[in-house]
Amino acid sequence: MIRRTLLALAAATLLAGAAQAQTALDEVMAKKLIRIAIPTDFPPYGFVGPDLQPQGLDVDMANLIGAKLGVKVELVPVTSANRIPYLQTKKADLVISTLGKNAEREKVIDFTAAYSPFFQAVYAAKALPIKGSADLAGKSVAVTRGAIEDMELTKIAPAAADLKRFEDNNATVSAFVSGQTQSIATGASVADNMIRRNPQLGAEFKFLLKESPNFIGVAKGEDKLRVKVNEIIAAAQKSGELDKLAQKWLGRPAGDLPQ
Amino acid sequence: MSLALDFGAVLIDWPLLARGAALTVALTVAAALAGLAIGVAGAWARQQGPLWLRAPVAAYVELIRNTPFIVQLFFIFFGLPSLGLKLSPVAASALAMIVNLGAYAIEIVRGGLLATPRGQVDAGLSLALTPRQVFFLIVLPPALARTWPATASQIVIVMLGSAVCGQIAAEELSYYANLIQSRNFRAFEAYLVATALYLALAVALRRALMWAGPRFLFGRSAAQR
Repeated sequence: MIRRTLLALAAATLLAGAAQAQTALDEVMAKKLIRIAIPTDFPPYGFVGPDLQPQGLDVDMANLIGAKLGVKVELVPVTSANRIPYLQTKKADLVISTLGKNAEREKVIDFTAAYSPFFQAVYAAKALPIKGSADLAGKSVAVTRGAIEDMELTKIAPAAADLKRFEDNNATVSAFVSGQTQSIATGASVADNMIRRNPQLGAEFKFLLKESPNFIGVAKGEDKLRVKVNEIIAAAQKSGELDKLAQKWLGRPAGDLPQ
Repeated sequence: MSLALDFGAVLIDWPLLARGAALTVALTVAAALAGLAIGVAGAWARQQGPLWLRAPVAAYVELIRNTPFIVQLFFIFFGLPSLGLKLSPVAASALAMIVNLGAYAIEIVRGGLLATPRGQVDAGLSLALTPRQVFFLIVLPPALARTWPATASQIVIVMLGSAVCGQIAAEELSYYANLIQSRNFRAFEAYLVATALYLALAVALRRALMWAGPRFLFGRSAAQR
């Protein structure tokens, strides 16, 4: 009796497993709907615009993928902390949320090719001639102590550069905005927000400190979906659409992105 | 719990710590000298100065003594540039410390002045000394001597308070302790070393002040009065 119940249970589990074996891609194509997790607190990649609608590079990328697949896009707002759980629990089919690739994450989810650059860079007013780290000699740079950009800048800046290290991003930005330093080294997201809110500074991208490109996250084992998205990314890179997106939101082309 | 301490990782950066401690001392010396001058001038103004000067000095004392030091510092460093005054981190730190110590010193010195027996002033005036001579020769030295322990304490407090100047990139002791900590993630060791250095600085500073006061500021005879 018990054995029979167990058998029935096992059969039921098998059947359910078979139903689930339908891949995420099949499901998306059948429903004509793809759920994509995007950030809403991380300009210029994903933020809420004046019309209360999410916008940004990641949002545009999500819509681009939806358009190429020929399905509707449902945007799912996520935070940095919960974007991977959303994928693992199948609340989203894709995560396009400034996701960097590292060994720990590769254990729990799969990654497509990179779709956009993320980077730390030096910014300063247009009038200030800075082309590379050597030009920082004799100039002051605001930077957040202990951040990636601090590490990079400390390595490459000439001894004559005046590095002013602040406690957090807010103090670093305040120092630059109030004119206490001539330039600022920070992440693309922080810089974009700062430039957007302080157009009077006339600040612009000067040179790159470090690349850490973004990848799209796919649930573990969803190879069909991953391959399909990779095709879309490769095509978009060839056609210049990725460059156009990066130019629109980051002020520079996407450049060479890792696979 | 296993705690693996590695003080070598912090102490290898001793030149940075030494440079930071030097700036902390320099800022404190500047604040002590200028702050004390403000204290004497302000105490005189509040007690015997012209009427039009008393209210502004009182307002300055109340404003500074009732607002946090870090807000004063941020106002000077981040706020004043919009009025066209840009100060370097070190200059802004020194100014903030002077302004802060000045306000406290005014009240401390004023307390000493108030404790002067009326008869001493009258005696001075009856010897045909001018009011200025009475203030500088008879009233001020014992007033400073009476309040010197409180003044020295306040100077030590301002020295310890200068730890927040690292927040505006003034490269003082805690700035370097933070920097070392963010490089090697040895927070416990870095801050323990910084704590020991601050303790040593504070003890040394207090002793130096108690030694220097009677010799250079108000004379040993005043100290005994």
